[in-house]
Amino acid sequence: MSLVSIRDVRKSFGTNEVLKGVSLDIAKGDVVAIIGRSGSGKSTLLRCINGLETYQSGSIVADGIEVAGAATNLRELRRHVGMVFQQFNLFPHLTAAENVMLAPTVVNKVSKAEARATAAEVLAKVGLSEKMDAYPSELSGGQQQRVAIARSLAMRPKVLLCDEITSALDPELVNEVLRVVEQLAREGMTLILVTHEMRFARDVGTKLVFMHHGKVHEEGVPKEVFAAPRTPELQQFVGQVG
Amino acid sequence: MSYKLQFAELLPYWNVLLYGLAFTIVLTVVSTVAGIAVGTAGAAARTFGPGWLGRVVAVYVELIRNTPFIVQLFFIFFGLPALGLKLSETTAAFLAMVINLGAYSTEIIRAGIEAVPKGHIEAGLSLAMSKWEVLRHVVLNQAFRKIYPALSSQIIIVMLGSAVVSQISAEDLTYAANFVASRNFRNFEVYLLAALAYLLLALLTRSLLRALGRVIFKAR
Repeated sequence: MSLVSIRDVRKSFGTNEVLKGVSLDIAKGDVVAIIGRSGSGKSTLLRCINGLETYQSGSIVADGIEVAGAATNLRELRRHVGMVFQQFNLFPHLTAAENVMLAPTVVNKVSKAEARATAAEVLAKVGLSEKMDAYPSELSGGQQQRVAIARSLAMRPKVLLCDEITSALDPELVNEVLRVVEQLAREGMTLILVTHEMRFARDVGTKLVFMHHGKVHEEGVPKEVFAAPRTPELQQFVGQVG
Repeated sequence: MSYKLQFAELLPYWNVLLYGLAFTIVLTVVSTVAGIAVGTAGAAARTFGPGWLGRVVAVYVELIRNTPFIVQLFFIFFGLPALGLKLSETTAAFLAMVINLGAYSTEIIRAGIEAVPKGHIEAGLSLAMSKWEVLRHVVLNQAFRKIYPALSSQIIIVMLGSAVVSQISAEDLTYAANFVASRNFRNFEVYLLAALAYLLLALLTRSLLRALGRVIFKAR
């Protein structure tokens, strides 16, 4: 029984079809790395999983909830499917702790005190205990992204979607974020990452998905796929980025 | 050219002038609060609401922004009774002010909402917040922070523009000045005093709004 099941999903922006029938099964505890050229549909696929984008046909079921159109209980879905973005998207008028506390207090109606305790716990997990009361503008990019991860974790998601979360970071800050993600993977969190970090995909991922022209072009165990890519497109892609 | 200033002749009317000043202040405060509430609702409807509601708001905004305030005021006070809606001068003055500031602040606040990065809204939605929760907790604070100076200017403009309500005999500062001038014919002194009062009021409002802004938006 897969935690996220994607069946023949098609998605167009106007006349431009970006997902041309994508199917994917993700089990609990999987760490899925989605790689591919820009424009291959990676981010769109990820955004379809938590309903930020709609799709025209096919189906996505995440944690037993069907993602489709307005009829879906998107709110319920998103309580189980967290997302971290390339641009961090921390709320600039709130401190790190307040960023983390917002959704638990507003959505889950937990008390301020309880939310703050949760914030302390998840911020400690990402190594930012001493930055609880700092505003986003006072944090480095890597620290901001770790707060964003903590913010998602505070909702106790079953799946965490990571959309190129290290792409906007200075090279020396990439590792502090990847270490946090690696720790989450070790703890059994189900992760779906769109990433350009090939080494991370190979070492931490349990599943590699190579997208090409809106389709899953090749998938498998990362180490095996990287060692012996079957399709010429992946061979070329690995050759360019590796 | 030797005019002798005789401010002493205004003294018997101090209570009339003071009442006018108080009326103008109350009119400004009430229409600011209510107008911004209308503007916030209007801006929310245009950006987050259903399309038909957005279009209704757009018509309201364009109607008000493209007609003179005095005509709006006359329409409410002299025109509406034809439809059986007869309002007192004071009610008409307050209503016209709120409707006017509501329209301008709708546009100003909408600009602020649209300046909030789309990613912040998506992040809020991804945390299972509803559209309206995102608007309230994520968008509005940032939007107001961005447009606060523009909104402050609009409040001053509306406050000075409120002098027009004297034309329907709402008893504001300008009405009081007219009243006194018609009694003692000291036009120069009375209008000089009224001008000074408006000037002081404007400067005071500006610094008050600035201080308020510092308190509300203390964080970066």
